[in-house]
Amino acid sequence: MSSAPESEKDPNRRDFLFLATGAFAAVGAANVVWPLIDQMNPDASVKALASIEVDLNEVEVGQSITVMWRGKPVFIRRRTESEITTARNDDVAELIDPQSDAERVEKDEWLIMVGICTHLGCVPLGQAGDFNGWFCPCHGSHYDTSGRIRKGPAPKNLEIPPYNFVNDTRIKVG
Amino acid sequence: MSGESTYNPQSGFAKWLDSRLPIMRLAHDSFVDYPTPKNLNYWWTFGGILTFCLITQIVTGIILAMHYTPHIDYAFASVEHIMRDVNYGWLIRYIHSNGASMFFLAVYIHIFRGLYYGSYKAPREVLWILGVIIYILMMAAAFMGYVLPWGQMSLWGATVITNLFGAIPVVGESVAIWLWGGFSVDNATLNRFFSLHYLVPFLILGVVVLHIWALHVPGNNNPAGISVQDKKDTLPFHPYYTVKDAFGLSIFLILFSYFIFFAPNVLGHADNYIPANPLVTPAHIVPEWYLLPFYAILRAVPDKLGGVLLMFGAIFVMFLLPWLDTSKVRSGRYRPLFKQFYILFIINCLFLGYLGAQPAEGSYVIMARIATVYYFAHFLIILPVLGIVEKPKNVPQSISDSVLGGKAQPTAQPAE
Repeated sequence: MSSAPESEKDPNRRDFLFLATGAFAAVGAANVVWPLIDQMNPDASVKALASIEVDLNEVEVGQSITVMWRGKPVFIRRRTESEITTARNDDVAELIDPQSDAERVEKDEWLIMVGICTHLGCVPLGQAGDFNGWFCPCHGSHYDTSGRIRKGPAPKNLEIPPYNFVNDTRIKVG
Repeated sequence: MSGESTYNPQSGFAKWLDSRLPIMRLAHDSFVDYPTPKNLNYWWTFGGILTFCLITQIVTGIILAMHYTPHIDYAFASVEHIMRDVNYGWLIRYIHSNGASMFFLAVYIHIFRGLYYGSYKAPREVLWILGVIIYILMMAAAFMGYVLPWGQMSLWGATVITNLFGAIPVVGESVAIWLWGGFSVDNATLNRFFSLHYLVPFLILGVVVLHIWALHVPGNNNPAGISVQDKKDTLPFHPYYTVKDAFGLSIFLILFSYFIFFAPNVLGHADNYIPANPLVTPAHIVPEWYLLPFYAILRAVPDKLGGVLLMFGAIFVMFLLPWLDTSKVRSGRYRPLFKQFYILFIINCLFLGYLGAQPAEGSYVIMARIATVYYFAHFLIILPVLGIVEKPKNVPQSISDSVLGGKAQPTAQPAE
């Protein structure tokens, strides 16, 4: 026990012990709580399926395919010359979420996007809507041939997933 | 709650709430300014430890249910998925499985503390009975939880225990089929066990609330076993016993952590890491350690119905304990003869546990019969007779006397 004068000093030894104990307990509690929260994050079996490879050999010009990636549809469209031209010309149009077509593709021919409307998560229909791109039937969002939002309530262009060409006819998404 | 409420709301909101829902007053009077005998020893910290255990099991259990699949084709794999894939799944599962053992360790210490200090005697009979109900619910929860991983011990443990009900005359077979939802332990059984395993802890929580309520009416018993007479005999629960409970809990958590991190499977059976197979019974089938004494009693009797009756009787006899112990003195500290029989009773319980883990053959069966007879004799013969023939030592006048009193009694501790 501290001597009488020392215990009257402010802060005294008891204050220090009290704070040190509390701090130790708080750090301990945080360490216990983190695993209880982190367990709800994607587990190892989900992460193992987080990237996929897609063979593009069979896709002709003007055709689209839809693949599943992380539980969501990914649109892969081999665009026609006129679609590419329209998209390029519209770079200077009035855009809600301004982005040039070149920023949205790695190769002009291949447009690869997550097929989820940026409004509330529905799947838009292809080659439909006022801009002959994609049209979301849920709340009427119109996307152009570059997947950019042009009209309707959606705030953003259709998302471009991370991908790269493994070779000329094969891509890896994720 | 004993005495007048001392809650004095300060802020405007506290006063507003207090006149509408006096929940802060209830908490204050129950856990802050609750008058607690000032002589409680560390055996009294297990009430708080048990509350902690229950909450730990509920929290980790809810999490495990997020990742577990209650189907015979997927249950075993989903438990391995928890162990290998889920973030910190290994930790959460090991806390839950070892938490069951720690829960029972704490409850046994808590029960034997009550047995030694006469905590079941008037006016705490209802408190004791609620405790026995909690104990039975705990055994049900533990048993059904053990079935969920769907390993060999899960399947065959479930088969053996559900077949106990087959011993009931006339309707036994129908009852067993009803429990299974089929003609053996199968998918329907696993599904309902999962459902009930999720339910029972919340029943326990409810009975725990009643248990604490029934505790706070007469107030805590104490090592001297004499009633609180005035304010000098008590201390406020906070900070004196919140800090004492927290320290006791910290020590308990060191043991808990040792099992989780260094010996997570030592209390389980390797057989339960073999997927359930209805065509092969494991060579040696035993329950978890905390059920072994009852298992020994079950096997001691060479008759199916008799074994089942005695096993359930071994638990049921605890309901009658407040009326079987005829001694007017509560604490074993002042009962020289009782003290010796109490130690014999503990040894006998541990011996039954040892026998429950041994094969049911030869001399083990004979010894199990002797130990079973002694178990019942303790409750049905020794305790009633002791109260009459025993001459207790002088009991102090008050709790303050027992703490400060001239010739200090050597502090008796139960041999747990």
